[in-house]
Amino acid sequence: MITHPKPQELTEAVARWIDQIRPQLDPRNAFLARVAANALAAVTRELTLGEEAKAAAVQRLEPILGHGGTYEGLTWELCEKLRSGDLDAATPGLLPTLRANTLDQLAIDQPGYKHEGA
Amino acid sequence: MPIDGQVDVPAALSRLAVRLAGKGARAVDAQRLTGGASMETWAFAVEGPPNSKGGGREELILRRRSAPFDPESSRSTSLAAEAALIQAARSAGAPAPPLVHLCDEADGLGEAHVTRRIAGETLGRKINSDAKFDAVRGDLARQCGEVLARIHAAPPPAAAQLKTADAAIELGRYEEAYRATGAERPVLELAFQHLKKALPEPRPPVLLHGDFRNGNLIIDAEKGLAAVLDWELSHIGDPAEDLGWICVNSWRFGRPDRPVGGFGEYDDLLAGYAAAGGDPVPLERVRFWQALGSLKWGVMCLMMYASWATGAEASVERPMIGRRVSETEIDLINLLEAGL
Repeated sequence: MITHPKPQELTEAVARWIDQIRPQLDPRNAFLARVAANALAAVTRELTLGEEAKAAAVQRLEPILGHGGTYEGLTWELCEKLRSGDLDAATPGLLPTLRANTLDQLAIDQPGYKHEGA
Repeated sequence: MPIDGQVDVPAALSRLAVRLAGKGARAVDAQRLTGGASMETWAFAVEGPPNSKGGGREELILRRRSAPFDPESSRSTSLAAEAALIQAARSAGAPAPPLVHLCDEADGLGEAHVTRRIAGETLGRKINSDAKFDAVRGDLARQCGEVLARIHAAPPPAAAQLKTADAAIELGRYEEAYRATGAERPVLELAFQHLKKALPEPRPPVLLHGDFRNGNLIIDAEKGLAAVLDWELSHIGDPAEDLGWICVNSWRFGRPDRPVGGFGEYDDLLAGYAAAGGDPVPLERVRFWQALGSLKWGVMCLMMYASWATGAEASVERPMIGRRVSETEIDLINLLEAGL
């Protein structure tokens, strides 16, 4: 049943409109319009994938830090422990955890980005 | 000084055309090219007066600063310094577009210079995948090594007043910048701590281009590397900094399998460097600087987002660049897992 437009539908509608008008723009504004359309696409992906990615990141961080918490709290603690040297690249499980969390973020930010580990 | 984007650039170029090519000369086809937020790049041509000796058409590039410049805090040089660097590089046999004119107050363009326009491609994606460049692509990494050796052998122009920085200084500067953004990014934090413990032995510092990467190179479909652009981040430092920067995955444009700019191999880059007289650089030192390069680019992306978030910059480009931090994080993880 159609009730009201979902956020994803609004971002998609605006992104389509930008694509329509882009050919009429001067090169500088055509470039900025492409950036704007990319921004809306990232918002759309975050609306779809963001909550799940955060929950998965929390689950992966728990065994590294030895307890549960919020995404923000665990991220803050991880940064502190990396800065102090309590944890480093040799910590078991750390690099695979960071890889998985980063890949989830990359899937939102830039799913087409090609890197050496892809 | 006109720094606010209200300068009528095409009109100013028309006056400049007379200064460059004599009475009756005109500036035509002025077009702003896609460029950074603080620096404008314009393509234009000067057509001499009909029947004059210099009556031909000359294709030119104007670079002008469109945002206030603070030489104390900025990482970049003035455009006058860039002009001196271009001349120093050319004297050392490195290809850079010939300087035509360093603008002064009479030109009404603010801080700006004009160079000749070199034909060729600058778009990394095209250089890496367009069949037009198949014939030269395999030579590019070696040519990059050769050109870097010549730049590194050039005496730094005194007029440019370049800063000196080694790996420890660069790491310190970017860590400070990272802390100032207030961001909490575990991968960047890990990379700072890891690289601080892996600092290479200091080497005698040399003149660096500072932004030598795919995107700042003009590639000719027949000759290969035709010119090196954008000298504003030039400084004095570790030769492996330039060699590592062109290997940062962010400038491989969809070809992570080809480590040098997405078009070539490490061995060719380093062989070209040594063949042109550069002091040999071990791959491990390049990989250290490649990792530091990814880290620096990650922090720069954060800083560009921060400049928007604090209201200093209004462009839609700035916040969106903040979403490129995760690309540098995955590249850093790949390097850390490989032991750099």
